[in-house]
Amino acid sequence: MSKWTIRNLLKRDARADRVVPPTGYTAHLTLFVSGAMAFLAVFALALALASGRLADRWATELAGAATLRINAPADQLAAQTEAALTVLTQTPGVASARALTAEEQAALLSPWFGSDLPLDTLPVPQLIEIVEGEPGLDTTGLRLRLGAEVPGAVLDDHTRWREPLVDAAMSLRRLGWVAILLIGGATAAMITLAANASLAANAQIIEVLRLVGARDGFIARAFVRRFTYRAFFGAVVGVLLGMTGVLLLPEASDEGGFLTGLGFQGIGWLLPVLIPLLGAAVAFLATWAAASRKLKELS
Amino acid sequence: MIELENVSYTYGGGELLSNVSLRLQPGSFHFLTGPSGAGKTTLLKLCYGALLSTSGRLSVFEQDVAQLDRDQMALLRRRVGVVHQDCRFLDHMTLAENVSMPLMVSGRSESALQDDLADLLTWVGLGTRLGAYPPELSGGERQRAALARAVILSPDVVLADEPTGNVDWEMSQRLLRLLVELNKMGKTVLIATHDLSLIRAAKSQVQARVLRISQRQVQLAGADL
Repeated sequence: MSKWTIRNLLKRDARADRVVPPTGYTAHLTLFVSGAMAFLAVFALALALASGRLADRWATELAGAATLRINAPADQLAAQTEAALTVLTQTPGVASARALTAEEQAALLSPWFGSDLPLDTLPVPQLIEIVEGEPGLDTTGLRLRLGAEVPGAVLDDHTRWREPLVDAAMSLRRLGWVAILLIGGATAAMITLAANASLAANAQIIEVLRLVGARDGFIARAFVRRFTYRAFFGAVVGVLLGMTGVLLLPEASDEGGFLTGLGFQGIGWLLPVLIPLLGAAVAFLATWAAASRKLKELS
Repeated sequence: MIELENVSYTYGGGELLSNVSLRLQPGSFHFLTGPSGAGKTTLLKLCYGALLSTSGRLSVFEQDVAQLDRDQMALLRRRVGVVHQDCRFLDHMTLAENVSMPLMVSGRSESALQDDLADLLTWVGLGTRLGAYPPELSGGERQRAALARAVILSPDVVLADEPTGNVDWEMSQRLLRLLVELNKMGKTVLIATHDLSLIRAAKSQVQARVLRISQRQVQLAGADL
């Protein structure tokens, strides 16, 4: 279909639009379906974008860090911590290494044991936070050296729990995009049904138009233009309602976790603007295909 | 202009027209008569491509109708004006919109449309009824409007299917005069009718030939009127 044809199809022609009566349930059906689908698409898009952000954040934040845990009797804990820090400062790929203070360790445990935990009476291991630098940490070599020099040291490079989390976030993002594709497909199917119903209901008008010399392109235009604009305006309303819904969601917070971050950020707020355009494109193609098929059948 | 060579048309297992051969010369005036159900409407439909013959060759403006695609058929119909017995108007559109529909579908400009339309509706005596809707029109007004729509693109051929079927004698005379005027402008006219009084009335106005459909064949009914 050439660019000229598309422009011609969408160009408003009040006289031609009068030929096909603008009433009927197909008009309401198209508006409702495109509106509802656009509303759902806004949330699917928000989910996909939020999951993507989460996956990126987890991958970045956790990839550059590791934790060293010193499990040693109380009288050896300070010495082994000191030895571990010495090893770490001599290890290539370690940008910095720092032993957590007693208050920081208590803060980490407080969600599970409360804030009045008597940490000094418990055999709590010492944690050392390692920030990775260039050229990257050789965890196998570091484990071997720590095994020889700091017997109570256990290195955790976060791989064990970072990868499933990132995978989960990536899966959520994929699901979001799949949902958007399904919404597009369902919209196309519904608009095809509505267009077929409209074409069948107007078979007599089509016959009269043919008798007076109308080409298929002229007849199809009257339907395509109408369904495309209806889908567009329905989708605009759906997107506005969906964006209002997203705006009313609680703001992102650490306490709320993922659910409160389910919204748009920055330039992401502009992406829903594309939904009515895509909805109109889907309606255009679906109606054009339906009209071409039906006009062939009616000839 | 319109030429049928051994054209047959079969529908539902029965042959409605059998080996019909006919030639309509440019500028000629023909009546097609015969009893109801003889195949007059079928023959007219074959002439403007609403039906395709099951055998034989039918050419209009030297184009084989069976070989035309849908777009070519649309262009052919702009050169063949048809007055249907039931008029075929769109009830949600005004008389002016219905009559100007061929102009609209052929992509004429709005100004050309208005001028042609006003002239034409005045010619058929409907200059004051532009804004009326088809259900508000009398039978005679509908037939005259159908004639106006059929000729608005100035076609070379006008086919009329029982144009006086639903109107009184006076109105049928008025319609006949309009069709004769068109013929005098050089249009080829073919009128399907079972109304012999209409044919007799045309005798004083035009040199017409009368064709009769009988037993699935088309024959010349007699001497020229």
